[in-house]
Amino acid sequence: MSAQSAIRNPQSAISITFTLNGSPVSLSIDSAERLLDTLRYRLGLTGTKEGCGEGECGACTVYLDGLPVNACLVPTYQVRGSRVETVEALDPERLEPFLAHGATQCGACTPGVVMTALWIRAHPELLETHTIRELMAGNLCRCTGYDGIVDAVATGHGPDLGRR
Amino acid sequence: MHRREGLAKLTGRERYVDDLPLEGGLWGMTVRSPAPRGRITAVRFRPEVDWSEVVVVDARDIPGRNEIILIERDQPVLAAGYVRHVHEAVLLVAHPSREVARRAARAVEVVVAPESPALDFRVPPRPEQIQYGPDNVLKRLKIEKGDVERALAAAPVVVERVYETGAQEHVYLETQGMIAWLEDDVLVVKGSMQCPYYVLNALKHALGRDEHRVRVIQTPTGGGFGGKEEYPSTIALHAALLALKAGRPVKLVYDRPEDMAATTKRHPSRVRHRTGLTKDGRLLAQDIEVVLDGGAYVTLSPVVLSRGIIHAAGPYSCDNVRIQGRVMFTNAVPFGAFRGFGAPQTLFACERHMDVIAQTLGLDSVELRRINLIRDGQRTATGQVIRDGTDRVAVLERALAVSGYREKQRAHRAFNAAHRAMRRGIGLATFYHGAGFTGGGEVHLNSRLRVAGLPDGRVEVLSANIEMGQGTLTVFTQIAADRLGLAPEDVVIGEADTARVPNSGPTVASRTTMVVGRLIERACDDLRHRLGLDDRARGRTVRDAVVRWHREHPGQRLLGEAVYEPPPGITWDEERYQGDAYGAFAWAAYVAEVEVDLRTCATRVIDFVAVQEVGKVINETLARGQVQGGVVQGIGWALMEECRFTDGAMVNNQLTNYLIPTSDDVPPIRVAFVENPYAHGGQGAKGLGELPIDGPGPAILNAVAAATGADPRAIPLTPERLMEIADFGFRTADSRAS
Repeated sequence: MSAQSAIRNPQSAISITFTLNGSPVSLSIDSAERLLDTLRYRLGLTGTKEGCGEGECGACTVYLDGLPVNACLVPTYQVRGSRVETVEALDPERLEPFLAHGATQCGACTPGVVMTALWIRAHPELLETHTIRELMAGNLCRCTGYDGIVDAVATGHGPDLGRR
Repeated sequence: MHRREGLAKLTGRERYVDDLPLEGGLWGMTVRSPAPRGRITAVRFRPEVDWSEVVVVDARDIPGRNEIILIERDQPVLAAGYVRHVHEAVLLVAHPSREVARRAARAVEVVVAPESPALDFRVPPRPEQIQYGPDNVLKRLKIEKGDVERALAAAPVVVERVYETGAQEHVYLETQGMIAWLEDDVLVVKGSMQCPYYVLNALKHALGRDEHRVRVIQTPTGGGFGGKEEYPSTIALHAALLALKAGRPVKLVYDRPEDMAATTKRHPSRVRHRTGLTKDGRLLAQDIEVVLDGGAYVTLSPVVLSRGIIHAAGPYSCDNVRIQGRVMFTNAVPFGAFRGFGAPQTLFACERHMDVIAQTLGLDSVELRRINLIRDGQRTATGQVIRDGTDRVAVLERALAVSGYREKQRAHRAFNAAHRAMRRGIGLATFYHGAGFTGGGEVHLNSRLRVAGLPDGRVEVLSANIEMGQGTLTVFTQIAADRLGLAPEDVVIGEADTARVPNSGPTVASRTTMVVGRLIERACDDLRHRLGLDDRARGRTVRDAVVRWHREHPGQRLLGEAVYEPPPGITWDEERYQGDAYGAFAWAAYVAEVEVDLRTCATRVIDFVAVQEVGKVINETLARGQVQGGVVQGIGWALMEECRFTDGAMVNNQLTNYLIPTSDDVPPIRVAFVENPYAHGGQGAKGLGELPIDGPGPAILNAVAAATGADPRAIPLTPERLMEIADFGFRTADSRAS
């Protein structure tokens, strides 16, 4: 019994190359395959989580060419030639404020939260036009009530930029 | 101390069940009933799948009894010829490809000859809808104190109202999932769960195996909120049946829509209050009727009802109380454990009712609560004498002070006069939550815990209580380290593996820190005694003694142990529902400030203050996080989380149309603790996990009432529902006509 034999579209395999966490990756994938599944089940990068499968919860947030996206909504073939970064590529030292402020509880939303949060921190100009709460609204968390997350993002920003 | 596993979670290294590799394994899927009730007349396997490649399991493959054992045995593991709710599991399939398994599940057609379902728990069933006992009542309970009828007849004022709450979906961010495989003759089931021993018992019963041939291991659990109390037994059984038949590992992980449609939710409720008072607001009689929707099987509904009715009279003193509760069978997906466990429903009714009473009598709602709040030496509805030394009025005062309640009331009057379409208001709820199992429950659990001394001098806590985000690993580490004078890194928390850990009870009911934490302290003491040390021995003395013991007893295990002992003086009469319902209550006063847009009827919470007395706070960051998370979950239940049902099944089973609060929907949650250590809780702690979801619903609706003059009596108070009950003069002629 082979893994894909029962129902197959033999023409659906696509070869792609992209940069993952700084290293080139070449794969043969199904045309309908989601980036989320490629990362998790094909490449073993399970830090990226599935929360809803429809782009509502943000648990699968990764950077695609530097921008946060929901990996559950990205067909893998679309990242051909692109740069993909996952939570596994983050520097743990940058996560200290999240630990101190209680920004993680159950942890299922956390990798996605951290990806968005660090992206906000890397783009402080966003805080001139948006609040942290607005910018974090694409990442659902059911445990923390968001205060720990918002406080962690605000850490180190001046009082004006760290608007909550 | 920071969260112990925090960095692993932040870096994505924590491995949840779906993160575990499935080498040589199969993906399982569930085929479910399309109908709410009826006989299965046919199961058809459509030809678009090569069925020779698919493992198929039905009720005939169950080696033991086809029962998910819990309180009753009424729920089958797989429907055997008859279904009682939509989405009831009928058949299981597995295939090495997840996609093929999914398509195979869709290619099975279950044909049901429909029969008349009971779908509304609020109306008496017609004869042809009766499916449980003589009247579809799953459980009836009653609490009686004094003479309610006489007191009501004599009361100068009687206020009567009905309140309703809707179902709520847990939305733990990690969906339910299990992996099962055989290791020699031992069935190993690993997955997301709150109660490893519940799962073990369910497997033993339905698979006809003793505990030597079944082993259950909890994986890091991505949120539970009660949703992973009883349901994991079902999915564990399903994964196990597939693995046994396939002879290979099977992983069964629900996607979000399946999880939302097929698993339990908070029980919908309808609560009637008939309250007798003096004209100055003193409670004379509380006559309360509680009805819950249980769904199609008993599951945990009797104990949800129990906790619900015990909390129904609120944290007040009243000499005459009658609380009658019942859970109704309906052909809905069974409702189950959810943070608060019946209390949020009845406390919503009670606390909204207090404001209705205040309005009716022309009293200030703070004053009404102040004069009725239970004082030390007074008795609850079950006759429990409260004497914990907590000043409940002071908790209320603190909430008023922190929130700036009076100043805000004044500011709102000015704001509301100055704005045509926006209204602000502030609302209050005072409430309590009993920690641990109800009545004799903790004695019945007979929890057992061990602390092992390891050869290198560290100690390991062996317990069945699990981490699901609430902080068990951290708090257990702190308690053991403090007790023995060790550094946190010298404390190991053992994996919740039924082959290694004793049954210290389920991770539910706000019991882990208070009850199990206390067991850790006593097991640490026992470990010291076994080493010949007295209770003052700490740190290096303990470590050296552990190392020395192992040198003298090579290959042996050094174990300190503790078994639950009830606090002295606790008595409970299960027949009469009288006595000490809980070892300890946590007390709270919450204040919500809202802004309502009269044009859209959208309500926004703009400030929230949560003040509580939870005994000793062991870890401030974690405790505050529990409160903030619980409050936000409560805000969702109060304002936006609406389960829509068709034929007893949730039809908005996606995060696209079942909305939970985002960071931008809620204000910062301001938390304050009043500390009053509880002598019989771990480090003086009382239970905390559930309390915060009891208060937001009533506080918010009271605030909406204050802001708008509307009289909302049901949650969720969505804009649509507020628009239905109130006309603020902004409707167009067209919408008024319709």
